[in-house]
Amino acid sequence: MTATAIKTELSQPQLQAAFYDLNEHDHPEGGSTMLGFWMYLMSDCLIFAMLFAAYGVLGGSFAAGPGPKDLFELPLVAVNTAMLLFSSITYGFAMLAMEKDKKGATQLWLLVTAVFGASFLAIELYEFANLIHEGATPMRSGFLTAFFSLVGTHGLHVTFGLVWLFTLVVQIGKKGLIPANKRRLMCLSLFWHFLDVIWIGVFTFVYLMGML
Amino acid sequence: MSDHVHPNHHLDDDHGSHGSLRDYVIGFILSVILTAIPFWVVMTGAIADKSTTALVIMAFAAVQIVVHMIYFLHMNTKAENGWTVMALIFTIVILVITLSGSLWVMYHLNHNMMPMTAHDMGQLP
Repeated sequence: MTATAIKTELSQPQLQAAFYDLNEHDHPEGGSTMLGFWMYLMSDCLIFAMLFAAYGVLGGSFAAGPGPKDLFELPLVAVNTAMLLFSSITYGFAMLAMEKDKKGATQLWLLVTAVFGASFLAIELYEFANLIHEGATPMRSGFLTAFFSLVGTHGLHVTFGLVWLFTLVVQIGKKGLIPANKRRLMCLSLFWHFLDVIWIGVFTFVYLMGML
Repeated sequence: MSDHVHPNHHLDDDHGSHGSLRDYVIGFILSVILTAIPFWVVMTGAIADKSTTALVIMAFAAVQIVVHMIYFLHMNTKAENGWTVMALIFTIVILVITLSGSLWVMYHLNHNMMPMTAHDMGQLP
């Protein structure tokens, strides 16, 4: 009896309003981009979790081949880590310049970031080339397969980050610091700093712990 | 933002934190220190015991990840009504289950399998 009483009290539009959001407020363009990009980063994080797990499981399977102590050069890894750290703070400077709507400074800091990012990649490729030259190819052992998958995937991310970065430098040059470009810069900022976070895991678990 | 209208104003409000110069510099200095110490510990062999060294550098990595999250990724509990933090917590839960589960299961699998020599493998049907 009470149920019908409630029903009659509410008129039809009121009932609908209780179930559907009838007067949807305006959703500005790109309003959900940042949250969506964060979701992407979290899923990317899970990809790296799988690769870390594979490395954790296979990291000791040398198949009578070379191990971390025979292969890794910590000074080189330290330089590489420094490159990525420098690129993180220079990207931060680009974001600060963007906030002040300084177009030229933003582009300049982005390019400085690109130089550090490219140096990181160059050092990593040099390391990979050395390893492969010494016969430590991904096919050599389970350890090397897991190593190349994990570090290579991170390197690929940095590569795509660089492509994105150069695209944005051109975009900013053509269209200026419009809201859409600012949004893109903020996404790339998250992506770039996220890669640095992954690298912390890589140098700690792969390189430093491998040398113990 | 003086003379032009900013259509995505709420975007800045939600994410308000691009961080300040101070944030970036603090974050950078902290991460340099937190990177240098583990490298120094391992390269000089300052701690004799291996498992202690491993624990120490893992602790430094954990702290550095938090530093990056706060100072570079500008994580806070308010952004996007807390959904970024919720997503992060969910990811960390999955991450811990994946990593610990894989290592645990595979360790016991290796442990419980009969050791097999090359000669034994040749005898397999």
